[in-house]
Amino acid sequence: MSTVVLEEPIVAIIPRWRVMAGKLLRNRAAVVGGSVVLALLLLAAFAPWIAPYDPFKINPVQRLKPPSFQHWFGTDEVGRDLLSRIIFGTRYFLLICLITASISATIGTLLGLIAGAGSALTDSIIMRIIDILLAFPYILLVLVVVAILGPSLWTGMAAVGIAGIPGYARLVRSSVLTVKREDYVTSARALGASDAEILFGTVLPNVMSPLIVYLAFATPLSALIASALSFAGLGTQPPAPEWGAMLVNSRTYLFSAWWAVAAPGMALFISIFGMNILGNGLRDVLDPRS
Amino acid sequence: MSLPPLLDVNGLHVRYPIRKGLFGGVVGHVSAVDGVSLTLNRGETLGLVGESGCGKSTLGRTVIALQKPSAGNVRFRNQDLFALSAAELKQQRRFAQLIFQNPRACFDPRRTVGSSVRMGLDIQELLDPSEREEAVAEIFRKVGLRPEHRFRYPHELSGGQLQRIGIARALILKPSLIVCDEPVSALDVSVQAQILNLLSDLKAEFELALLFVSHNLAVVEYIADRVAVMYYGRIVEMASTHALFSSPRHPYTRALLAAVPTMDIARRDDPVPRLGDPPDPANLPTGCRFRNRCPLAFARCAEAEPLLVTAEDGHGVACWAAESASIDAGPMTAAALNG
Amino acid sequence: MAAGIRSPHTLLDIKGLRTQFGSGRNPVNAVQGIDLQIGAGEILGLVGESGSGKSVLALSILRLIQSPGRIIGGSILFDGKDVLAMSNRELSGWRGRDIGIIFQQPQSCLNPVRRIGWQVAEPLRQQEKLSRKAAWDKAVTLLRSVGIPAPEEKALAYPHQLSGGQAQRVMIAVALALRPRLLIADEPTTALDVTIQAQILELLRDSCRDFGTSLMLVTHDLGVVARLADRVAVMYAGRIVEEGPVAPMLTAPSHPYARGLLDAAPRLGQMGGLRLRDIPGSIPDLSQPMPGCAFAPRCELRANLGLSACLGELPPFIPISEHHAARCWALPQADGIYSTPMTMGTRA
Repeated sequence: MSTVVLEEPIVAIIPRWRVMAGKLLRNRAAVVGGSVVLALLLLAAFAPWIAPYDPFKINPVQRLKPPSFQHWFGTDEVGRDLLSRIIFGTRYFLLICLITASISATIGTLLGLIAGAGSALTDSIIMRIIDILLAFPYILLVLVVVAILGPSLWTGMAAVGIAGIPGYARLVRSSVLTVKREDYVTSARALGASDAEILFGTVLPNVMSPLIVYLAFATPLSALIASALSFAGLGTQPPAPEWGAMLVNSRTYLFSAWWAVAAPGMALFISIFGMNILGNGLRDVLDPRS
Repeated sequence: MSLPPLLDVNGLHVRYPIRKGLFGGVVGHVSAVDGVSLTLNRGETLGLVGESGCGKSTLGRTVIALQKPSAGNVRFRNQDLFALSAAELKQQRRFAQLIFQNPRACFDPRRTVGSSVRMGLDIQELLDPSEREEAVAEIFRKVGLRPEHRFRYPHELSGGQLQRIGIARALILKPSLIVCDEPVSALDVSVQAQILNLLSDLKAEFELALLFVSHNLAVVEYIADRVAVMYYGRIVEMASTHALFSSPRHPYTRALLAAVPTMDIARRDDPVPRLGDPPDPANLPTGCRFRNRCPLAFARCAEAEPLLVTAEDGHGVACWAAESASIDAGPMTAAALNG
Repeated sequence: MAAGIRSPHTLLDIKGLRTQFGSGRNPVNAVQGIDLQIGAGEILGLVGESGSGKSVLALSILRLIQSPGRIIGGSILFDGKDVLAMSNRELSGWRGRDIGIIFQQPQSCLNPVRRIGWQVAEPLRQQEKLSRKAAWDKAVTLLRSVGIPAPEEKALAYPHQLSGGQAQRVMIAVALALRPRLLIADEPTTALDVTIQAQILELLRDSCRDFGTSLMLVTHDLGVVARLADRVAVMYAGRIVEEGPVAPMLTAPSHPYARGLLDAAPRLGQMGGLRLRDIPGSIPDLSQPMPGCAFAPRCELRANLGLSACLGELPPFIPISEHHAARCWALPQADGIYSTPMTMGTRA
């Protein structure tokens, strides 16, 4: 019976991914962090073509040379080109990131989902196990795992990956507990959706944002710990050009050949810093209130 | 009446455990619904009123099997809902839908609203997949929106628009019952009227039964055919809308009605009913649960709990004082209530 | 110009107040030029729906607008003092001593880790320099006066041990502890049950009468206004659209929006098969420029009369009676428009 015609403009529909991409590109932290990560990926992919020398080629004549036009970052104690080793080192760095994050995130998310969505008893059991894991100091936990499995690149990554599980499990569980109380979950149930449909169709997509942000923060930390393991001789073994292992080899020359320490140190610092600010940017972008 | 009712609730109890400690041990219970029986016929609207914490929302969700009762049963379309297999229950869910209080919270923020409305058709596998999108567009028109609205995300729409879409999501399954859980209390008055009118049009058109849960008595009087008044898990009075609002019999109903602010300025200084503070739901008084706030309470009220007794005129009340007819049936003034 | 009731003493005098949120190209103009007076001892009902700017106006008066919001124009005089010129130090003394505040959610306004007795006593100690003992005793007296049972014991309780109604009583005690001259209550009973609401409203009315405190009651509920207010101002989209004494405002408002609000709410015992008259559409986007009357796009009266001015030019306040005015272009020709009784169509 209303005589009023409401003229409401219909706004052009912009796909969600384009809205996200737009926000991402306007966020300075995300752009800078993303550029660092992209650079790492490119270096790792094209290392053999980019690196000026063979990273394993020993040249005693060129031992501990400072940075020069021939060797931009200088050479190490057996005359290997540091720039080439840094470039090949991105492969180790990214491999460590990928493996540790995969172990922590997959197992942690799964445990968190089961705990958050399961019965009170399941929840209690899983979370008490997680609490016990958390009660160990992080490093101690890593060392125990390495001690059991023996030192190598792979056991180091496994250890760091396992130590990262509790963080993911707790985050996912608390997100699931929040989301599953939301009305839209009840609504899906009223429409007849099964538990699995609700968990993977409605709950999981809604816990992805905090998960992605956590991933961006936790992964570089894991990589740092893995490097520390190498530094302690419990991870990657020489002569692999892994940055942590490079640091340990050159530390005795800290005062005579600072560049041998500075190169892997800066590489680690820039990579981790880049991933961290990417995490900051993602947090802003994925927050629907922004 | 030869046909069995659409919904037949019998002796329903819902108890929530109170958990404490390391492993969540149960230390006590709160009865949100404490022995409720009611029926609802096709096309009928039952208003369920009561104050916060009285269990009306829990009751609403239990009768459509979103919550498990601790005792009692619910027959819906002649089937015992809590004796069904998962597959059978899924079939029945199509016929019993829910509309929420907060339209902002009841849509998945990561889906377009169209996809949320379509979800029911997908889950229930109704219609040919190629026809579903058209059905969504059609239902958007039905609730007074444009089909283009379905490509929007929830945060791009107003509360009133979202509540229309909430109705569309329920309606698209062609249900026979919709539980409306405070569907207009989060909305502004002008928008509330739009939604109430839409609901009353749709219930006539689709022969819908509504279980209309609300704390707002005026809204319930507007939309309901019959009304049940709940107090801490029990129905204390149930009657046709006209009978309940013109001659309430339970002292709690009378207090509720007397407390509603009137627009009549001449009566603005009338004394208000003094009910005192509500009891602890985990620790209700013995006998009648209203007795420590009741101006009419006498010895018997502490001894035994009054049951809902339905008089010949169909007016049910659970009150010893009303039963012994010691109070007249006319509307009681607040002054009399304050004793 | 609004025709407010000039009481012998104007306590609060607001002129041309404008408050804006956000910056950049499209700031939200939440309050767009408000003129409003409150007399000593007067109860003003400020009515509006969500997004009308009523709460922003209340916070602006208190200078509690947080960034990114800011007051960009106008003046606020409290008993002749310029509120917008007060220093932070002056403000904190003025709030509490001269002006009290009550919000919708009492539980979130009380400090969860302090006993409620101390929360009532705190302003007494700070502003009246009472001793701990004297302040505590006075707090207990105040709690008794707002109807807290067994106040000596309840003063020792923490906020989570109170019911919603009790918490709102405590908030009233805190707000009235220093006997302010103006109390601003923003939706004080919206979160409460109807039986508790009636008692809290009565308490507010009686306390204000006893202390001679003026009350600005911000609400969306005309029933609440009907119970308390002497005068009513209706807000829409950041502006006051009609203002007048409570009786005509609740029986025969002149602005189509004020009238729409009145017709849209179902009333107990008066609906008998009638259909509610809703207001079509929804509130405008306050970040977009609105040259005319903000209600015009939803206005049936405009559509029926075919008025063209509404969309182009902001209507001025047009007097209806001595203290009653409305901003509506239809008013000069409105004779007879409302002479038909409130026709509600029969229910479909």
